[in-house]
Amino acid sequence: MAFNKESNGFTFGFAIALVVVVGAALAILATSLRGTIAKNGEDKKRLDILSAFVDLDKEGINRKNAKAEFDNRVDMDQSLVIDAEGNAIEGKDPFEIDIKKEYKDKTLDPSKRSFPLFVAEKEGQKVYVIPVVGKGLWGPIWGNVCIAADKRTITGASFGHKGETPGLGAEITQKYFINGWIDKKISDDSGNPITFKIVKDGTGKGDAIKVDGISGGTITSKGVEEMINRCMKPYVKYFSTLN
Amino acid sequence: MSEVAEKVKASSEPLFSKKNRKLITDPLTDNNPVTVQVLGICSALAITVQVNQAIVMGLSVIFVTIMGNVVISMMRNIIPSRIRIIVQLVIVAALVIIVDQILAAFLPDLSEKLSVFVGLIITNCIIMGRLEAFAMGNKPWPSLLDGLGNGLGYAGLLVIVAVVRELLGSGSLLGFKIFGDSIEKTGLYSLGYVNNNLLVLPPMALIIVGIIIWVQRSRNKALIEDH
Repeated sequence: MAFNKESNGFTFGFAIALVVVVGAALAILATSLRGTIAKNGEDKKRLDILSAFVDLDKEGINRKNAKAEFDNRVDMDQSLVIDAEGNAIEGKDPFEIDIKKEYKDKTLDPSKRSFPLFVAEKEGQKVYVIPVVGKGLWGPIWGNVCIAADKRTITGASFGHKGETPGLGAEITQKYFINGWIDKKISDDSGNPITFKIVKDGTGKGDAIKVDGISGGTITSKGVEEMINRCMKPYVKYFSTLN
Repeated sequence: MSEVAEKVKASSEPLFSKKNRKLITDPLTDNNPVTVQVLGICSALAITVQVNQAIVMGLSVIFVTIMGNVVISMMRNIIPSRIRIIVQLVIVAALVIIVDQILAAFLPDLSEKLSVFVGLIITNCIIMGRLEAFAMGNKPWPSLLDGLGNGLGYAGLLVIVAVVRELLGSGSLLGFKIFGDSIEKTGLYSLGYVNNNLLVLPPMALIIVGIIIWVQRSRNKALIEDH
Protein backbone atom coordinates (compact mmCIF):
# COMPACT_ATOMS: atom_id res chain seq x y z
CA MET A 1 0.00 0.00 0.00
CA ALA A 2 1.24 3.44 -0.88
CA PHE A 3 0.42 5.04 2.47
CA ASN A 4 1.09 3.95 6.01
CA LYS A 5 -2.32 3.33 7.52
CA GLU A 6 -0.87 3.04 11.02
CA SER A 7 0.62 6.56 11.02
CA ASN A 8 -0.76 9.09 13.49
CA GLY A 9 -1.78 11.43 10.70
CA PHE A 10 -3.80 8.82 8.88
CA THR A 11 -5.39 7.58 12.10
CA PHE A 12 -6.57 11.09 12.99
CA GLY A 13 -7.68 11.79 9.44
CA PHE A 14 -9.59 8.53 9.27
CA ALA A 15 -11.34 9.16 12.56
CA ILE A 16 -12.34 12.69 11.54
CA ALA A 17 -13.54 11.61 8.09
CA LEU A 18 -15.54 8.73 9.56
CA VAL A 19 -17.28 10.91 12.11
CA VAL A 20 -18.09 13.58 9.52
CA VAL A 21 -19.48 11.07 7.01
CA VAL A 22 -21.53 9.13 9.58
CA GLY A 23 -22.71 12.30 11.28
CA ALA A 24 -23.81 13.85 7.99
CA ALA A 25 -25.62 10.68 6.92
CA LEU A 26 -27.53 10.45 10.21
CA ALA A 27 -28.35 14.16 10.16
CA ILE A 28 -29.79 13.89 6.65
CA LEU A 29 -31.81 10.82 7.66
CA ALA A 30 -33.13 12.48 10.82
CA THR A 31 -34.12 15.69 9.02
CA SER A 32 -35.88 13.89 6.20
CA LEU A 33 -37.83 11.64 8.57
CA ARG A 34 -38.62 14.26 11.22
CA GLY A 35 -41.94 15.28 9.66
CA THR A 36 -43.18 11.70 9.34
CA ILE A 37 -42.18 10.84 12.90
CA ALA A 38 -43.84 13.98 14.31
CA LYS A 39 -47.03 13.18 12.40
CA ASN A 40 -46.95 9.62 13.77
CA GLY A 41 -46.71 11.04 17.28
CA GLU A 42 -49.73 13.32 16.74
CA ASP A 43 -51.80 10.50 15.25
CA LYS A 44 -50.86 8.29 18.18
CA LYS A 45 -52.05 10.98 20.59
CA ARG A 46 -55.36 11.25 18.74
CA LEU A 47 -55.79 7.47 18.82
CA ASP A 48 -54.98 7.40 22.55
CA ILE A 49 -57.63 10.02 23.30
CA LEU A 50 -60.20 8.32 21.09
CA SER A 51 -59.50 4.91 22.61
CA ALA A 52 -60.80 6.14 25.98
CA PHE A 53 -64.36 6.23 24.67
CA VAL A 54 -64.40 4.38 21.33
CA ASP A 55 -63.57 0.78 20.51
CA LEU A 56 -60.94 1.50 17.85
CA ASP A 57 -60.92 -2.01 16.38
CA LYS A 58 -64.70 -2.21 16.12
CA GLU A 59 -65.05 1.23 14.52
CA GLY A 60 -62.13 0.61 12.21
CA ILE A 61 -60.16 3.61 13.40
CA ASN A 62 -56.44 3.44 12.70
CA ARG A 63 -53.54 5.76 12.01
CA LYS A 64 -54.82 6.49 8.50
CA ASN A 65 -58.16 8.01 9.50
CA ALA A 66 -57.12 9.12 13.00
CA LYS A 67 -57.25 12.83 12.21
CA ALA A 68 -60.63 12.76 10.47
CA GLU A 69 -62.22 10.63 13.20
CA PHE A 70 -60.69 12.78 15.92
CA ASP A 71 -61.96 16.02 14.38
CA ASN A 72 -65.34 14.36 13.96
CA ARG A 73 -65.73 13.12 17.53
CA VAL A 74 -63.78 15.59 19.65
CA ASP A 75 -65.00 19.15 19.97
CA MET A 76 -61.77 21.15 20.10
CA ASP A 77 -63.70 24.46 20.50
CA GLN A 78 -65.10 23.31 23.83
CA SER A 79 -61.92 21.50 24.93
CA LEU A 80 -59.79 23.57 27.25
CA VAL A 81 -56.81 23.67 29.56
CA ILE A 82 -57.15 24.09 33.34
CA ASP A 83 -54.62 24.75 36.07
CA ALA A 84 -53.97 22.73 39.24
CA GLU A 85 -56.68 24.67 41.10
CA GLY A 86 -59.30 23.80 38.52
CA ASN A 87 -59.52 27.23 36.84
CA ALA A 88 -59.79 27.43 33.08
CA ILE A 89 -56.74 28.93 31.36
CA GLU A 90 -57.48 31.02 28.28
CA GLY A 91 -55.56 30.87 25.05
CA LYS A 92 -53.92 27.45 25.35
CA ASP A 93 -54.46 24.65 22.87
CA PRO A 94 -55.18 21.46 24.86
CA PHE A 95 -53.80 19.30 22.05
CA GLU A 96 -50.45 21.07 22.21
CA ILE A 97 -49.96 20.43 25.94
CA ASP A 98 -47.39 17.68 26.51
CA ILE A 99 -48.35 16.34 29.93
CA LYS A 100 -45.61 13.67 29.81
CA LYS A 101 -43.00 16.37 29.39
CA GLU A 102 -44.49 18.52 32.17
CA TYR A 103 -44.64 15.49 34.48
CA LYS A 104 -40.99 14.68 33.83
CA ASP A 105 -39.82 18.28 34.16
CA LYS A 106 -38.21 18.44 37.61
CA THR A 107 -37.85 22.23 37.49
CA LEU A 108 -41.59 22.75 36.97
CA ASP A 109 -43.53 23.01 40.22
CA PRO A 110 -46.38 20.42 40.22
CA SER A 111 -48.85 23.22 40.99
CA LYS A 112 -47.81 25.01 37.77
CA ARG A 113 -48.61 22.09 35.46
CA SER A 114 -51.40 22.47 32.95
CA PHE A 115 -54.22 19.97 32.59
CA PRO A 116 -55.90 19.52 29.20
CA LEU A 117 -59.56 18.50 29.11
CA PHE A 118 -61.11 17.21 25.90
CA VAL A 119 -64.83 17.46 25.29
CA ALA A 120 -66.17 14.80 22.96
CA GLU A 121 -69.36 13.17 21.83
CA LYS A 122 -70.17 9.52 22.37
CA GLU A 123 -73.45 8.22 20.96
CA GLY A 124 -75.00 11.67 21.20
CA GLN A 125 -73.87 12.16 24.80
CA LYS A 126 -71.30 14.73 25.88
CA VAL A 127 -68.27 13.07 27.48
CA TYR A 128 -65.01 14.39 28.92
CA VAL A 129 -61.63 12.84 28.24
CA ILE A 130 -58.86 13.41 30.77
CA PRO A 131 -55.28 12.50 29.86
CA VAL A 132 -53.21 11.15 32.77
CA VAL A 133 -49.53 10.34 33.24
CA GLY A 134 -47.60 8.57 35.98
CA LYS A 135 -44.86 6.12 36.89
CA GLY A 136 -44.92 2.33 36.54
CA LEU A 137 -42.29 -0.14 37.68
CA TRP A 138 -39.78 0.38 34.86
CA GLY A 139 -40.82 3.62 33.25
CA PRO A 140 -43.65 6.02 32.48
CA ILE A 141 -47.26 4.94 32.22
CA TRP A 142 -50.07 7.04 30.81
CA GLY A 143 -53.67 6.90 29.83
CA ASN A 144 -56.89 8.66 29.01
CA VAL A 145 -59.95 8.49 31.22
CA CYS A 146 -63.44 9.14 29.89
CA ILE A 147 -65.92 10.78 32.27
CA ALA A 148 -69.66 10.75 31.58
CA ALA A 149 -71.85 13.86 31.20
CA ASP A 150 -72.63 13.69 34.95
CA LYS A 151 -68.95 14.76 35.42
CA ARG A 152 -68.37 11.96 37.95
CA THR A 153 -68.64 8.50 36.44
CA ILE A 154 -65.76 6.83 34.61
CA THR A 155 -67.22 5.28 31.48
CA GLY A 156 -64.06 4.23 29.75
CA ALA A 157 -60.30 4.35 29.89
CA SER A 158 -57.19 3.32 28.03
CA PHE A 159 -53.75 2.87 29.49
CA GLY A 160 -50.33 2.71 27.95
CA HIS A 161 -46.82 2.05 29.19
CA LYS A 162 -43.28 2.27 27.94
CA GLY A 163 -41.67 -0.88 29.26
CA GLU A 164 -43.68 -2.70 31.92
CA THR A 165 -43.12 -6.46 32.22
CA PRO A 166 -45.09 -8.28 29.53
CA GLY A 167 -47.66 -10.61 31.08
CA LEU A 168 -47.48 -8.76 34.42
CA GLY A 169 -47.44 -4.97 34.65
CA ALA A 170 -48.07 -4.59 30.92
CA GLU A 171 -51.53 -6.07 31.50
CA ILE A 172 -52.77 -2.59 32.48
CA THR A 173 -53.60 -2.11 28.80
CA GLN A 174 -55.97 -5.09 28.89
CA LYS A 175 -59.77 -4.96 29.02
CA TYR A 176 -60.17 -6.81 32.32
CA PHE A 177 -58.04 -4.29 34.20
CA ILE A 178 -59.74 -1.29 32.56
CA ASN A 179 -63.16 -2.78 33.31
CA GLY A 180 -62.26 -2.60 36.99
CA TRP A 181 -62.31 1.21 36.68
CA ILE A 182 -65.54 1.56 34.78
CA ASP A 183 -68.54 2.93 36.71
CA LYS A 184 -66.31 4.19 39.54
CA LYS A 185 -67.05 7.79 40.51
CA ILE A 186 -64.17 10.27 40.74
CA SER A 187 -65.94 12.41 43.35
CA ASP A 188 -68.27 11.64 46.27
CA ASP A 189 -71.75 13.07 46.76
CA SER A 190 -70.43 16.23 48.39
CA GLY A 191 -67.98 16.85 45.54
CA ASN A 192 -64.71 15.75 47.15
CA PRO A 193 -62.27 13.69 45.08
CA ILE A 194 -62.24 9.95 45.79
CA THR A 195 -58.91 8.32 46.65
CA PHE A 196 -58.94 4.96 44.90
CA LYS A 197 -57.16 1.93 46.30
CA ILE A 198 -55.83 -1.04 44.32
CA VAL A 199 -56.66 -4.33 46.07
CA LYS A 200 -55.37 -7.86 45.55
CA ASP A 201 -58.28 -9.83 46.99
CA GLY A 202 -60.65 -9.31 44.06
CA THR A 203 -63.18 -7.31 46.08
CA GLY A 204 -63.03 -4.26 43.81
CA LYS A 205 -66.20 -5.00 41.86
CA GLY A 206 -69.05 -2.72 42.94
CA ASP A 207 -66.93 -0.98 45.58
CA ALA A 208 -66.67 2.81 45.49
CA ILE A 209 -62.99 3.00 46.42
CA LYS A 210 -61.41 -0.41 45.82
CA VAL A 211 -60.20 -1.38 42.34
CA ASP A 212 -58.92 -4.85 41.43
CA GLY A 213 -55.20 -4.91 40.68
CA ILE A 214 -53.18 -7.29 38.53
CA SER A 215 -51.63 -10.32 40.20
CA GLY A 216 -47.89 -10.13 39.67
CA GLY A 217 -48.22 -6.53 38.50
CA THR A 218 -48.66 -4.90 41.88
CA ILE A 219 -46.23 -2.00 41.46
CA THR A 220 -47.61 -1.06 38.04
CA SER A 221 -51.18 -1.31 39.39
CA LYS A 222 -50.19 0.93 42.30
CA GLY A 223 -48.68 3.33 39.74
CA VAL A 224 -52.05 3.55 37.99
CA GLU A 225 -53.73 4.13 41.36
CA GLU A 226 -51.37 7.02 42.17
CA MET A 227 -51.71 8.41 38.63
CA ILE A 228 -55.53 8.46 38.71
CA ASN A 229 -55.72 9.83 42.27
CA ARG A 230 -53.29 12.66 41.53
CA CYS A 231 -54.50 13.58 38.05
CA MET A 232 -58.22 13.63 38.82
CA LYS A 233 -57.99 16.28 41.55
CA PRO A 234 -57.83 19.44 39.37
CA TYR A 235 -60.65 18.14 37.18
CA VAL A 236 -62.88 17.39 40.17
CA LYS A 237 -62.34 21.00 41.27
CA TYR A 238 -63.10 22.27 37.78
CA PHE A 239 -66.23 20.13 37.45
CA SER A 240 -67.52 21.39 40.81
CA THR A 241 -67.39 24.97 39.48
CA LEU A 242 -69.58 23.98 36.54
CA ASN A 243 -72.51 22.80 38.65
CA MET B 1 -11.64 -9.30 21.24
CA SER B 2 -7.95 -9.70 20.60
CA GLU B 3 -8.19 -13.10 18.92
CA VAL B 4 -6.75 -13.34 15.43
CA ALA B 5 -9.37 -13.06 12.72
CA GLU B 6 -10.29 -16.37 11.15
CA LYS B 7 -9.23 -16.32 7.53
CA VAL B 8 -11.46 -17.77 4.87
CA LYS B 9 -10.13 -17.97 1.34
CA ALA B 10 -12.81 -16.96 -1.12
CA SER B 11 -10.91 -15.90 -4.20
CA SER B 12 -12.39 -17.79 -7.11
CA GLU B 13 -14.85 -20.15 -5.53
CA PRO B 14 -18.61 -20.20 -6.27
CA LEU B 15 -20.88 -17.99 -4.20
CA PHE B 16 -22.41 -20.90 -2.32
CA SER B 17 -19.43 -23.20 -2.07
CA LYS B 18 -19.32 -25.73 0.74
CA LYS B 19 -17.11 -23.42 2.78
CA ASN B 20 -19.49 -20.49 2.33
CA ARG B 21 -22.52 -22.60 3.16
CA LYS B 22 -20.80 -23.60 6.40
CA LEU B 23 -20.62 -19.90 7.32
CA ILE B 24 -24.40 -19.90 7.50
CA THR B 25 -25.03 -23.36 8.94
CA ASP B 26 -22.31 -23.47 11.58
CA PRO B 27 -23.71 -20.66 13.75
CA LEU B 28 -27.10 -22.38 13.67
CA THR B 29 -25.76 -25.51 15.37
CA ASP B 30 -22.24 -26.29 16.54
CA ASN B 31 -21.03 -22.71 16.68
CA ASN B 32 -24.19 -20.98 17.86
CA PRO B 33 -23.32 -17.51 19.14
CA VAL B 34 -25.61 -17.86 22.15
CA THR B 35 -25.39 -21.47 23.28
CA VAL B 36 -21.77 -22.20 22.32
CA GLN B 37 -20.03 -18.83 22.46
CA VAL B 38 -22.45 -17.59 25.17
CA LEU B 39 -22.72 -14.10 23.66
CA GLY B 40 -25.75 -11.82 23.57
CA ILE B 41 -27.20 -13.32 26.73
CA CYS B 42 -28.53 -10.03 28.16
CA SER B 43 -30.90 -9.38 25.29
CA ALA B 44 -31.85 -13.07 25.19
CA LEU B 45 -33.12 -12.61 28.75
CA ALA B 46 -34.87 -9.30 28.16
CA ILE B 47 -36.96 -9.88 25.07
CA THR B 48 -37.96 -13.52 25.08
CA VAL B 49 -41.23 -13.08 26.96
CA GLN B 50 -43.27 -12.87 23.77
CA VAL B 51 -42.55 -14.57 20.47
CA ASN B 52 -43.38 -11.61 18.22
CA GLN B 53 -40.90 -9.37 20.06
CA ALA B 54 -38.25 -12.07 19.72
CA ILE B 55 -38.88 -12.35 15.98
CA VAL B 56 -38.62 -8.60 15.34
CA MET B 57 -35.55 -8.30 17.54
CA GLY B 58 -34.03 -11.26 15.68
CA LEU B 59 -34.71 -9.60 12.32
CA SER B 60 -33.22 -6.29 13.48
CA VAL B 61 -30.09 -8.05 14.71
CA ILE B 62 -29.79 -9.99 11.44
CA PHE B 63 -29.95 -6.68 9.54
CA VAL B 64 -27.29 -5.10 11.73
CA THR B 65 -24.93 -8.12 11.69
CA ILE B 66 -25.14 -8.36 7.90
CA MET B 67 -24.76 -4.64 7.20
CA GLY B 68 -22.10 -4.18 9.88
CA ASN B 69 -20.10 -7.13 8.60
CA VAL B 70 -20.29 -5.94 4.99
CA VAL B 71 -19.39 -2.32 5.74
CA ILE B 72 -16.48 -3.23 8.03
CA SER B 73 -15.28 -5.86 5.58
CA MET B 74 -15.20 -3.31 2.74
CA MET B 75 -13.25 -0.90 4.95
CA ARG B 76 -11.00 -3.53 6.52
CA ASN B 77 -7.88 -2.60 4.58
CA ILE B 78 -7.92 1.07 5.48
CA ILE B 79 -9.06 0.96 9.12
CA PRO B 80 -6.09 1.90 11.33
CA SER B 81 -5.74 -1.00 13.77
CA ARG B 82 -5.36 1.24 16.83
CA ILE B 83 -8.86 2.68 16.47
CA ARG B 84 -10.56 -0.32 14.88
CA ILE B 85 -12.87 -1.03 17.85
CA ILE B 86 -14.05 2.59 17.85
CA VAL B 87 -14.64 2.47 14.11
CA GLN B 88 -16.68 -0.72 14.51
CA LEU B 89 -18.67 0.87 17.31
CA VAL B 90 -19.44 3.96 15.24
CA ILE B 91 -20.63 1.85 12.31
CA VAL B 92 -22.83 -0.36 14.51
CA ALA B 93 -24.28 2.62 16.37
CA ALA B 94 -25.06 4.40 13.10
CA LEU B 95 -26.78 1.30 11.68
CA VAL B 96 -28.86 0.88 14.84
CA ILE B 97 -29.97 4.53 14.73
CA ILE B 98 -30.93 4.06 11.09
CA VAL B 99 -33.03 0.98 11.96
CA ASP B 100 -34.62 2.83 14.88
CA GLN B 101 -35.51 5.93 12.83
CA ILE B 102 -36.90 3.95 9.92
CA LEU B 103 -39.05 1.85 12.26
CA ALA B 104 -40.30 5.02 13.99
CA ALA B 105 -41.21 6.63 10.67
CA PHE B 106 -42.75 3.74 8.77
CA LEU B 107 -43.71 1.09 11.35
CA PRO B 108 -44.65 3.31 14.32
CA ASP B 109 -46.71 0.68 16.17
CA LEU B 110 -43.89 -1.84 16.07
CA SER B 111 -41.37 0.83 17.02
CA GLU B 112 -43.38 1.65 20.14
CA LYS B 113 -43.49 -1.99 21.20
CA LEU B 114 -39.76 -2.45 20.78
CA SER B 115 -38.81 0.98 22.17
CA VAL B 116 -35.57 0.48 24.07
CA PHE B 117 -34.74 -2.94 22.64
CA VAL B 118 -33.67 -1.56 19.26
CA GLY B 119 -31.17 0.69 21.00
CA LEU B 120 -29.94 -2.33 22.93
CA ILE B 121 -28.77 -3.96 19.70
CA ILE B 122 -25.68 -1.75 19.99
CA THR B 123 -24.68 -3.55 23.15
CA ASN B 124 -25.12 -7.01 21.63
CA CYS B 125 -21.69 -8.60 21.81
CA ILE B 126 -22.42 -10.93 18.89
CA ILE B 127 -22.23 -7.99 16.48
CA MET B 128 -18.92 -6.64 17.79
CA GLY B 129 -17.64 -10.20 18.06
CA ARG B 130 -18.33 -10.98 14.40
CA LEU B 131 -16.92 -7.65 13.21
CA GLU B 132 -13.69 -8.18 15.09
CA ALA B 133 -13.33 -11.92 14.55
CA PHE B 134 -14.56 -12.23 10.98
CA ALA B 135 -15.28 -9.08 9.00
CA MET B 136 -11.87 -7.52 9.76
CA GLY B 137 -10.13 -10.40 7.96
CA ASN B 138 -12.50 -11.48 5.20
CA LYS B 139 -14.04 -10.23 1.97
CA PRO B 140 -17.54 -8.70 1.91
CA TRP B 141 -19.39 -11.76 0.53
CA PRO B 142 -18.22 -14.31 3.15
CA SER B 143 -18.74 -11.57 5.75
CA LEU B 144 -22.31 -11.13 4.60
CA LEU B 145 -22.92 -14.87 4.92
CA ASP B 146 -21.24 -14.94 8.32
CA GLY B 147 -23.46 -12.06 9.49
CA LEU B 148 -26.55 -13.80 8.17
CA GLY B 149 -25.59 -17.09 9.84
CA ASN B 150 -24.84 -15.57 13.21
CA GLY B 151 -27.92 -13.36 13.08
CA LEU B 152 -30.06 -16.40 12.29
CA GLY B 153 -28.37 -18.42 15.03
CA TYR B 154 -29.19 -15.68 17.52
CA ALA B 155 -32.73 -15.15 16.24
CA GLY B 156 -33.45 -18.88 16.23
CA LEU B 157 -32.43 -19.33 19.83
CA LEU B 158 -34.39 -16.25 20.83
CA VAL B 159 -37.53 -17.65 19.24
CA ILE B 160 -37.08 -21.08 20.87
CA VAL B 161 -36.73 -19.53 24.33
CA ALA B 162 -39.64 -17.15 23.63
CA VAL B 163 -41.93 -20.02 22.57
CA VAL B 164 -41.30 -21.83 25.86
CA ARG B 165 -41.73 -18.68 27.94
CA GLU B 166 -44.83 -17.33 26.20
CA LEU B 167 -46.55 -20.73 26.11
CA LEU B 168 -45.95 -21.64 29.75
CA GLY B 169 -45.84 -18.11 31.16
CA SER B 170 -48.80 -16.50 29.41
CA GLY B 171 -50.54 -19.50 27.83
CA SER B 172 -50.34 -17.99 24.35
CA LEU B 173 -48.24 -18.01 21.19
CA LEU B 174 -47.83 -14.85 19.09
CA GLY B 175 -50.70 -13.44 21.15
CA PHE B 176 -53.15 -16.28 20.35
CA LYS B 177 -54.51 -17.82 23.51
CA ILE B 178 -53.60 -21.50 23.16
CA PHE B 179 -54.83 -22.74 26.52
CA GLY B 180 -57.99 -20.62 26.71
CA ASP B 181 -58.59 -17.40 28.59
CA SER B 182 -56.95 -17.21 32.01
CA ILE B 183 -59.24 -14.37 33.16
CA GLU B 184 -62.52 -15.86 31.96
CA LYS B 185 -61.36 -19.33 33.06
CA THR B 186 -62.10 -21.10 29.79
CA GLY B 187 -60.33 -24.02 28.12
CA LEU B 188 -57.53 -25.56 30.14
CA TYR B 189 -57.94 -22.93 32.85
CA SER B 190 -61.41 -24.24 33.73
CA LEU B 191 -59.64 -27.45 34.85
CA GLY B 192 -57.55 -25.49 37.34
CA TYR B 193 -54.44 -24.93 35.20
CA VAL B 194 -52.48 -21.83 36.19
CA ASN B 195 -49.87 -19.90 34.17
CA ASN B 196 -46.38 -20.08 35.61
CA ASN B 197 -45.50 -16.47 36.36
CA LEU B 198 -41.88 -17.44 37.00
CA LEU B 199 -41.44 -17.97 33.25
CA VAL B 200 -42.36 -14.36 32.59
CA LEU B 201 -39.44 -13.15 34.70
CA PRO B 202 -35.93 -12.88 33.19
CA PRO B 203 -34.15 -15.49 35.41
CA MET B 204 -36.20 -18.26 33.84
CA ALA B 205 -34.80 -17.36 30.40
CA LEU B 206 -31.32 -17.98 31.80
CA ILE B 207 -32.41 -21.41 33.04
CA ILE B 208 -33.98 -22.27 29.66
CA VAL B 209 -30.80 -21.18 27.83
CA GLY B 210 -28.83 -23.27 30.33
CA ILE B 211 -30.95 -26.32 29.61
CA ILE B 212 -30.49 -25.86 25.86
CA ILE B 213 -26.70 -25.57 26.33
CA TRP B 214 -26.73 -28.69 28.49
CA VAL B 215 -28.72 -30.75 25.97
CA GLN B 216 -26.57 -29.53 23.06
CA ARG B 217 -23.29 -30.37 24.78
CA SER B 218 -24.43 -33.75 26.00
CA ARG B 219 -25.32 -34.65 22.40
CA ASN B 220 -22.12 -33.26 20.91
CA LYS B 221 -19.14 -34.03 23.17
CA ALA B 222 -16.82 -31.98 20.95
CA LEU B 223 -18.35 -28.81 22.34
CA ILE B 224 -17.27 -29.56 25.91
CA GLU B 225 -14.18 -27.56 26.85
CA ASP B 226 -11.56 -29.65 28.65
CA HIS B 227 -10.38 -27.95 31.78
